[in-house]
Amino acid sequence: MANRVQIPTNSSALIAMIADEDTVVGFLLAGVGNVDIRRKTNYLIVDSKTTVKQIEDAFKEFTTREDIAIVLISQYVANMIRFLVDSYNKPVPAILEIPSKDHPYDPAHDSVLSRVKYLFNTESVASGRR
Amino acid sequence: MSGQTQRLNVVPTVTMLGVVKARLVGATRGHALLKKKSDALTVQFRQILKKIVSTKESMGDIMKTSSFALTEAKYVAGDNIKHVVLENVREASLRVRSRQENVAGVKLPKFDYTSDADAAKSDLTGLARGGQQVQQCRAAYVKAIEVLVELASLQTSFLTLDEAIKTTNRRVNALENVVKPRLENTISYIKGELDELEREDFFRLKKIQGYKKREIEKQLQLQLQLQMQSSSKLPVNIGVSFNSSHNLLAVADKDDDIIF
Repeated sequence: MANRVQIPTNSSALIAMIADEDTVVGFLLAGVGNVDIRRKTNYLIVDSKTTVKQIEDAFKEFTTREDIAIVLISQYVANMIRFLVDSYNKPVPAILEIPSKDHPYDPAHDSVLSRVKYLFNTESVASGRR
Repeated sequence: MSGQTQRLNVVPTVTMLGVVKARLVGATRGHALLKKKSDALTVQFRQILKKIVSTKESMGDIMKTSSFALTEAKYVAGDNIKHVVLENVREASLRVRSRQENVAGVKLPKFDYTSDADAAKSDLTGLARGGQQVQQCRAAYVKAIEVLVELASLQTSFLTLDEAIKTTNRRVNALENVVKPRLENTISYIKGELDELEREDFFRLKKIQGYKKREIEKQLQLQLQLQMQSSSKLPVNIGVSFNSSHNLLAVADKDDDIIF
């Protein structure tokens, strides 16, 4: 049978962000930010006052919106909603975990790479240890 | 688990044998094709995996450079650029285009990034001071976005391929362990039934032949006995009883029309 999941061919899809302030500001500078007429943004700035519920809601909203193709999420934020991120298995939008300034990239926690850890028994993903 | 491979419930005729044989040929061919498809997909999968690992590492580096550029810009232009940028968000100038690519029969999504050049110019950040740092920071982040879009594209293809491989392997295993043994069992059952019918027929024929032989032997015995008693030689007609042949010839002696 053909692929049942239809990947929509979109010609202009947005990039959503759930990250700390500095990362979001940097990406907004680059021009990724979008505010539509109903004042809905495609980013969420996570600081020490943001609750886990807000992050969960934002994640759910971004993944169900039709015009978002990629969701960038800081790795420490992803750790807070790890169960949501791990149980998400739709191909679009793509969930990418990015490092932040205080938390460098840790491949051991990446939801995608952990699924294929069994393929890497000898070669390690963080190939710094040789 | 070996009790699962039974046979199909069919009428054991020659036509059905032909039909089931054709299905077995189809199943074998399909199995070989699906195995090839699974191998091709696995090769692609490994390639993408390698690319993902290397891209993720380079992404880590690029993010570090870009946040460094941002810190420089903040230092030079003052901390307020945060608010200026946050206020200035309107339409996204960097967007992502998603297409579908066909790889070994599987439709994989692919993202390209496009930038709306006209929307990017209306930004007054850093106009007062630090404009060059802000421009550099912007360029660094745009480069980071390029890498991230490519990584997202790889990741989605990776996940889609993973599922496609699982489905194909499931089908290969189903054909190999369920469908083909079932069809083979059906074929041997039909052949067995046909052989048994043939044997039944053969046995029936043999029985009838044996019966006829015994009948003839009994008649011969009777005639031999009678010949012992009487002297007249009467022809023995096989298939006609002794008494009726005797009567025929006895009548012929009196009838003038019959010339023997």
